[in-house]
Amino acid sequence: MVIRALICALLAGLAPALPAAAGDAPRRVVSMNLCTDQLAMMLAEPGQLISVSNLARDPVSSAMVDEAGAYPENHGAAEEVFLLKPDLVLAGSYTNQAATALLRRLGVRVEVLDPATSMEDVHAGILAVGRALGQEDAATDMAARFEADLAALRAAPASGLRAALYYANGYSLGDQTLAGQILASAGFANVTAEAGLSSGGFLPLEVLIVSNPDLVIQGDRYPGAARAEELLDHPALSALGPQLPRGVLADRDWICGTPHVLRAAADLRAAQATLHGGH
Amino acid sequence: MNLLETRDLGVSRGPCPVLHGITLRVAPGEFVGLLGPNGAGKTTFLRAALGLIASSGQSSLASLPQGERARAASFLPQGREIAWPMPVEAVVALGRTAHPSATRATDRAAVERALARMGLEALRHRSATELSGGEQARTLIARALAQEAPLLLADEPTAGLDPAAQIAVMETFADLAAAGGAVIASLHDLGLAARHCTRLILLHRGTLAADGPPRAVLTPDNLARVFGIRARLEDTSDGLVFQPLGRIAP
Amino acid sequence: MRLPYPALIALLTALVALMFAASLLIGPAAIGLSDSLGALFRGEGEAVTLVMREVRLPRAILGLFVGGALGLSGAMMQGMLRNPLAEPGLIGTSASAALGAVIAIQTGLAAAFTLALPLAALAGAMVSVALILALAGPRGTTLVLILAGIGISAMAGALTSLVLNLSPNPFAASEIMFWIMGSLADRSMVHVTLALPFMVLGIALALPVARGLDALTLGEDAAASMGVRVGRLRVLLVVSAAALVGGATAVAGAIGFVGLVVPHLLRRAVGARPALLLPASALGGSAMVLAADIAVRLIAPDRDLKLGVLTALVGAPFFLHLILRSRKEVL
Repeated sequence: MVIRALICALLAGLAPALPAAAGDAPRRVVSMNLCTDQLAMMLAEPGQLISVSNLARDPVSSAMVDEAGAYPENHGAAEEVFLLKPDLVLAGSYTNQAATALLRRLGVRVEVLDPATSMEDVHAGILAVGRALGQEDAATDMAARFEADLAALRAAPASGLRAALYYANGYSLGDQTLAGQILASAGFANVTAEAGLSSGGFLPLEVLIVSNPDLVIQGDRYPGAARAEELLDHPALSALGPQLPRGVLADRDWICGTPHVLRAAADLRAAQATLHGGH
Repeated sequence: MNLLETRDLGVSRGPCPVLHGITLRVAPGEFVGLLGPNGAGKTTFLRAALGLIASSGQSSLASLPQGERARAASFLPQGREIAWPMPVEAVVALGRTAHPSATRATDRAAVERALARMGLEALRHRSATELSGGEQARTLIARALAQEAPLLLADEPTAGLDPAAQIAVMETFADLAAAGGAVIASLHDLGLAARHCTRLILLHRGTLAADGPPRAVLTPDNLARVFGIRARLEDTSDGLVFQPLGRIAP
Repeated sequence: MRLPYPALIALLTALVALMFAASLLIGPAAIGLSDSLGALFRGEGEAVTLVMREVRLPRAILGLFVGGALGLSGAMMQGMLRNPLAEPGLIGTSASAALGAVIAIQTGLAAAFTLALPLAALAGAMVSVALILALAGPRGTTLVLILAGIGISAMAGALTSLVLNLSPNPFAASEIMFWIMGSLADRSMVHVTLALPFMVLGIALALPVARGLDALTLGEDAAASMGVRVGRLRVLLVVSAAALVGGATAVAGAIGFVGLVVPHLLRRAVGARPALLLPASALGGSAMVLAADIAVRLIAPDRDLKLGVLTALVGAPFFLHLILRSRKEVL
């Protein structure tokens, strides 16, 4: 309490307007999380969103780099966000807890979105962000379009092919994950789920090799070098057989529960053709 | 034939000379006691004569190639360092490092002779680091003997030993000299030196202050000038006896 | 009665062979014995062959050589400094080699020129050994050795963290653990060809100077008077230790305590003779690292438990025991 009083006193001159009264659409929204960044950019009306996180501008992780360029960026620090005088802060459940707790104590409304692990979560996330922004109608429309597109994608016949998602350090994702669901929606069986990992976890390289997948989907590379990514260059992995040419599938469409996941699934379906052609 | 011959040997540490103008010869049969107070240059002289440190002037040993030098002179450094708990016979066998082309049998025989000479047969399997100071000293002397070089240079070989061990060391060295080798040992105990050495060399502030038989070197004048002490030196029925009596104010 | 030296070497060789075989046969993918051997030697079964030849074989080969390099360099450094606490991990050699490797990777040097990685690790190791010699003097007293080691390790560790934290790659920062603790997980034949020549060079330089190490037991002056060229010996040992530790660390990170524990365990068995300790420690190191690498796969198959965790759990108590024993010298 002492700290709060102190910070309030220090920042008295900069204190934001009172939080928007319930029912009013917030007018100064700051997003601190890559996924809420993207949903907010899709749903907010012009002028309503005043800042997105710096990750939204990272071409490896963000599917909306161009759009994000139009917004001032923040780095997730409580002080920086507070000085923007937001009346709503959107955060993810993995956002720095100390920062969101501090903002709350300073009287800022903070809405936290859990990361999506299924298509249903994507649907719910769209509606939740729409509700927080006071843009229920736009959100309902987007959610309905998402459901329709998803249904169309799922209606196509399954390929019968088995794929594995493989990232730096040998991290892989099972079927109870968003990426796993994208894989399923594109008609692939998930090798990692067969190996007993339903959520995320480390899949030893030799287990991956022995499970003999038809396709290994690797993550994008970050700039600079890391030993964690060396594994993706392991000769045994290259010798495993068909690999999607790097860059066909972009990480950025797989990370967040936004309608872009359908683009990821569609790309994957399209890639099957290449794969069959190559065989 | 001399076993060591130095001419105008000198050593400088930076600009300061710590040893200069040492000219001497050591012949077979001599047991030379190298005397002088702390800092007189005894260790420096031994190391310079062996070529272990850079020096000016000449030393017959230092000018030899390192391999030949190891067969011309052995060296017992100060401190009796034995870093690892090696068996006594293995420590003694280290002396054979100086003979890289010798046969196994030759090496073996030399080690056995050295062990026998120092009475170490019973201790041969004991760990050298667990021995008493006197036993370690014997082990290290045996190591030097196994090197089978005619000249032995020893730096304070009696330091830290009990009287019996000190006498044993001096007698061994005297025997070596009597058998046709030569020993140069730096000593602090003037009594031991007077009694056992055939010749004494007195160093004073890096220079040669006196060189000759014990009686000629341990004069009241030399003792006063170099050590700042007075002493009694007497020929007795038990041989030469030396006893320091007191200090002299400088 | 002590085991004769040839019998000891034969025993250690058998142990290493056993560990090497176990390392090939144990892994997260359950593959039967006959399938494993068939795949390894005759290439039967495409996927299993890939696992055996490209995943497990390089890992086992690296375990063999990295362990050998660490055991050998530990025994060498102890012989050179005449102190049983001299060990590449404890005196900062491994940490400095890791720093060299990290710099080579992060500056892109390693990508541009493959040999840059082990060479940079070697350079790091060399600098630290030279520094230790300068700080601790020809005979490293325990106190100075440990203090100098702490200083060099802390410096190298901090610089490694700095370089990794400045990397644009988000995974780089999480790699600090690998460089501090070491791991053989997911290494490939590429790493084997990279590191092996350096470790072989280190072994080739070390063995001919072994007899000089024996003589050094009696001190530098005594060794020199017995015909050992002490300066040349020291240079050879420094280059050899740097090549061994540099090669090992470049591909496996800094694995501590192997060079401490193994020579300590074997010293009595070889009659404390530094020259005889070298081959025995190399074999013992191989056995220890191979065993530790098997253990990390059995204890936490899906966690990439770091090798250094296990070697430290075994080695740290030894270290404390040795400190206690040499306390007299320290105080």
